[in-house]
Formats: sequence, structure tokens, C-alpha cells
Amino acid sequence: MKIVLQNLTKVFPSRNKKSNEEVVAVSDLTFTIPDGKLVGLLGPSGCGKSTTLYMISGLQKPTGGQIFFGEDDVTSLSPENRGVGLVFQNYALYPHMTVKQNILFPLQNLKGADKLDKNTMLERALEAARLVQIDNLMDRKPSELSGGQQQRVAIARALVKMPRVLLLDEPLSNLDARLRLQTREEIRRIQRETGITTIFVTHDQEEAMSISDVIVVMKLGVVQQIGKPQTVYDNPVNLFVAKFLGTPPVNVFKANVKGGKLYINGEAVLDVPGVADRDVFAAIRPEGFIPDENGAMTCELSSIEVMGRDVSIVSKNEAMLTPTIRSIVDADYKVSATAQNVKFNLKPHKVFIFDSQTEERIYFGDQTAPETGI
Amino acid sequence: MKNFLQKIKFDQWKAWIYLLPAVVLLLIFTVWPIFNTLRMAFWNGYGLFKELGGELTFEFGIKNFKWVVGYGGFITCLKNTMLLTVLTVPISTILALVIAVCLNAIKPFQRFLQTIFFLPYVTNSIAIGMVFEAMFNIVGFGTTMPSYGIINNILGVFGMDPVNWINAGSSYWANIAVLTVYIVWNALPFKILILLGGLQSVNKQYYDAAKIDSTPRLRVFTKITVPLLSPMIAYVVITGFIGGFKEYSSIVGIFGDDMQAVGGESLNTMVGYIYKQLGANHEGDASAAALILFAIIFVVTMINMYVSKKKTHY
Repeated sequence: MKIVLQNLTKVFPSRNKKSNEEVVAVSDLTFTIPDGKLVGLLGPSGCGKSTTLYMISGLQKPTGGQIFFGEDDVTSLSPENRGVGLVFQNYALYPHMTVKQNILFPLQNLKGADKLDKNTMLERALEAARLVQIDNLMDRKPSELSGGQQQRVAIARALVKMPRVLLLDEPLSNLDARLRLQTREEIRRIQRETGITTIFVTHDQEEAMSISDVIVVMKLGVVQQIGKPQTVYDNPVNLFVAKFLGTPPVNVFKANVKGGKLYINGEAVLDVPGVADRDVFAAIRPEGFIPDENGAMTCELSSIEVMGRDVSIVSKNEAMLTPTIRSIVDADYKVSATAQNVKFNLKPHKVFIFDSQTEERIYFGDQTAPETGI
Repeated sequence: MKNFLQKIKFDQWKAWIYLLPAVVLLLIFTVWPIFNTLRMAFWNGYGLFKELGGELTFEFGIKNFKWVVGYGGFITCLKNTMLLTVLTVPISTILALVIAVCLNAIKPFQRFLQTIFFLPYVTNSIAIGMVFEAMFNIVGFGTTMPSYGIINNILGVFGMDPVNWINAGSSYWANIAVLTVYIVWNALPFKILILLGGLQSVNKQYYDAAKIDSTPRLRVFTKITVPLLSPMIAYVVITGFIGGFKEYSSIVGIFGDDMQAVGGESLNTMVGYIYKQLGANHEGDASAAALILFAIIFVVTMINMYVSKKKTHY
């Protein structure tokens, strides 16, 4: 089921009666989610990603715009009639029902032609439970389950009625770090096996990058960039996206362009052909540094962290806007820990420059804007 | 080590001193009366005047209990009490649940309506009884120009004959019907308050989840609301039973404390019986009756707790 959001807008009225300040949670959102894909809505808290999810589910009514499931306009349809499965952040399992009763519940609501007999219902419930590997816990109450198990029950309950769309609200936020890794693989597997178009919301960029077919990066209700995770990472359209994606985060510098060269801290560090003279922000990915004794960029060495396969060089520079400059280089490079300064050359495709006013990307050399489609 | 022990002792003394005011009051007004009730109940034929009259040696025994149970009036009172309890607790609980759910669903005047529904709770029950009396009364009953209360007038609008609800010659069941209406009305506010509080603390996400799963409204009510409210429902049922067994003021409020118009004894309740025995200086019988009432409430509450443990969900 393809999902189309068209000019979707959600405005919340002001809480405070005196000031008439409305809160625009989602502003003019337009994008298409292809059939059978796993899509991550990503952004910092307050960016409207959950509101978008709830509008797709029907629990919140959009102020403007339209939502299509396939060719059907579902904008005015109540959640009951949309055929979506939703996994809540806190799972919202009915505490008085066993796992089995929880999973059976949506099936028992089916009416008319869709009504199932008891055995079919049990069969379907068991099938859903097997898919998320909780078929041995069917007679437990939610309070007798761990967080991860509860989450699987919630997914099984959402899947059992074979929804057209599966929505997950911060599915991993209540799990500990180890379980989070395991569960995100699980979500990926379940989505692949069922082929249901799935949308999930997260503020964790690593989580979104690791399992999504497509990520949608949002900020203050406005979509910043949509694309394959790797594309968005390699080719961010503005400074926000560049900063939001990647661990360790991108290093940002105050810089300027003069005569086709990028200057950071007074040093010409890179050729940027085709860019007019101006003030810019330069963002360099940690893997974009090449240590070189005769390198173009000089930084003051702070510490070196050896992590086996890689070495992380932490340094400082007058022009940096991030707290430190962190570069990750291959362990083969030998850097003296006692040296005062460290010098780098830069990989052009790991360096992004942005207009100092609009923070929009300025492409140079063979860099080109990313495709906007999915 | 010795120092340490001393310190503990001193701290304990301090604790006792802090507790002293409460302990003294409890001893005087709770512990001693309970003890005294036991004492009086098991002294055959005990009466305060008899004791003051110099009859200081009562025989220890269960004669008071035998007398109370053997006396027909007590059994009538017990029957009345049971009947009223069994009628009013389920009716008021179900009504309160429906009203609480409706109130919870209304957004605009919720606070205002909540206040209105809570008014009976802060109104004196004798005063409410008098209003109910006026509503069901027939002034000048038996004359050619009787003046009917509002209830009979409403019945008249629907073309029904006036009913003698509470006046002389009224039937037992008419009296019980009036009492049931009164007790239910009086019991509603507390129950509504408890259930509404329970409803408002239910996580809204359960309802969102039910909505996503296309759950019909009635099923949401029976399968989600009621089970999630079950601890509160158990609470109002248990306190309702206890209150029901202690019912007295409603009858006094409507029929007066002598219940002359409706044949005195026949409508009395157990607490009414205890008061009557006290008034007649039969402290021994009153104490025995009080202990029997306590035993009944205890057993019923135990049954309630047992059932609610099986039926409530967490």
C-alpha cells in the first residue's frame, strides 16, 4: 500500500488563552511512501514526527492537506476504518488481558463479512505470535513480561488483523541498549516477512539509518530531506541534516571561500571550484580527514583514542563550532601522541559547505544535489 | 554499645510521646467502647440503670444474643436491612458507573455537572429525607381534597392513579420503593466521584488502541473500561454493602424516628433496632445486636473481598 501525504498541516491552538500563539506541529508536508517499504521519520523532539504518525493513523485530524492510502483518500476516515496497525510508545497493552487475549482482541472486533470463527482467530493469533516469537508466552499477563516481550506483543497485536499500514511510535525507546539492537533487527525482519508498508518514528538517527529503506528528516514541522539513509548521509541538503546524521557527529567550522579555495582558520584547506567568494560553514565528516605531515589543515592535538580497527584523533582549532574536532582514521596511520599539532588533508566528498545565512548546501566540484525522489 | 541501646530507647520514647495524643483519643473513643460493647453484650440482662441501681453482678453468658435473635422485631429489621442493601448497592453502583462514564465523555460543562452530582454528598441526609417526604407525600390524605406531592403529580401526567407512598396505610413495598430511591440518590455522589476519578486516571492510550482496532463502543465499555475500573468498582461495592447494613438515617428522614405512619417496627433497620434498645435502656441487647451486625458486615465484606480478588485484574 502506497501512502501519499499531500500538503499535510497540523496546527495546535494555543494552550494559553491570553496569547494567541498557535503551534504549527507539521507544516505543508508532502511526500510519498512507496509500497512495502520501511520508512523512518526522524528528527529531534518537537519536530512533528509523532504528530505526522498520528495523523496517518487517524487519531489526530490534520488541519489541512490530504492523506491517501493507495488511491483512497482517507483524510476524513476515522481510525477505526483505516485498517492501520499502531504500536504505541508505551505499548498500551491491556493490563487485564493475557497475551493471547490481547492479540485476539482486534480480531474479535471484526464484523460482518470479515468475521472469523474461533479456530481461525486462534490460528491467526498464534501465527502473529510466532512471527514475533512469543508463542510460548500466550497465557501471561503484560505485567509478567519484560519490556522487549511487551513490545513484541504490541507488534503482534498490530499485525494480527493484517493492517494495510503498520505504524510504530518510538518503538525502541523503552528498551535497553542491547535489546534495542536486537529488536531493531527484528522489526526489519518482520517487515520484510510481511511486506507491510511500515512507518516508524524515532529521534535516534542511528536507529533510523540502520533499518530504514527511506528516512524522512524533519525539523520544526518541516521536512528537510527524504531519501535512502546512505544518500542522506553522503549528501545532506542543509547544515541541520548534516549535523543530525552520523555518529560521531560531523565537525563544523566557520570558514570562507576566496578564489575557489576553502579557508578554515586562515588556511586554504581545499579547492572548491565553482563557488563564489563568500562566508560559509564547512562541515567535515570524521572519516573525511587524512593525517599528513604536510597537510593543509592544522589542528591542535588534544588526545588520541585507539579503538582497535580505527583511531580517533581529538583536536582543536580556532574556527571550530563543535566542542572538539573528532576525526576517525585507519589504525595504520601513526600519529605521535606527544605532538603539539596534527595536520590533515581533506577528502573532498566528505566536506560539505553551507551558506552562512541560509545554511543551505553549496555544491562544489563534482558534488551534485541529491535526487529528491525515493 | 550501651550508648547505642540508650539512644534507641530514648528514640522510642520520643515516638510514643509524639503518638500520645492520638493514642489517648483512640483509647477513649474507640478501644474502650469496643471493649465495653463486648462486656455489655456478654452480661446477661445488662442495663445501665440496673448497674447504677446496685445490681453489680451480672451473669456471664449469651442470653442477650438469644433474646435478640429470638425476638421477632430483630428478624424483621434484619430482613429490611438485607432487602434494602441488596436492592440499593447494585442499582446505585450501575447508575454511578453509567453517570461517571457519561460525565467523563462530556467536555464543556464537566466541572459544573460534577459539582451538581456531588451536591447530595454535602447535604444533610435528614434534610434530604424531608424533601423526599414532601415529594412523595399526600397532604390531607383520606379527605375529599387531598394535595399530592410532585411524584404523584408526575404519575398523574401519564394518566396513572396516585400511589400512597408513605402515608398511613401505605403498603410495605411502596415504602421500600421510596427508601430505595432515596438511598440510591444519596449514595450516588460518592460512587460517581470515586469512579470518575478512576476513569480519569485510566491511560487514554488504551482507548486510542481500542479505536485503532475498531472496537465497538459497548465492547470498549465492557472489555476495557469496566475491567480497568474494577478496583474502584470493588471499592464502592464493598463500602456500599457496609453502608447499606448501617442504613438508618434515611428511614428517620422520611418516616420520622418513631415511624408511626407506617406501623413502627415493620420498617425498621438493624441500626434503628440498636438505637431503640439503647433508648429503652437495654444496653445488653443493643450491644449484642451491634456485635451481630458487626459479624454480618464482617462476613459479607470477606465474601466481597474474595470475589473482588478473583474479578479485579490488578
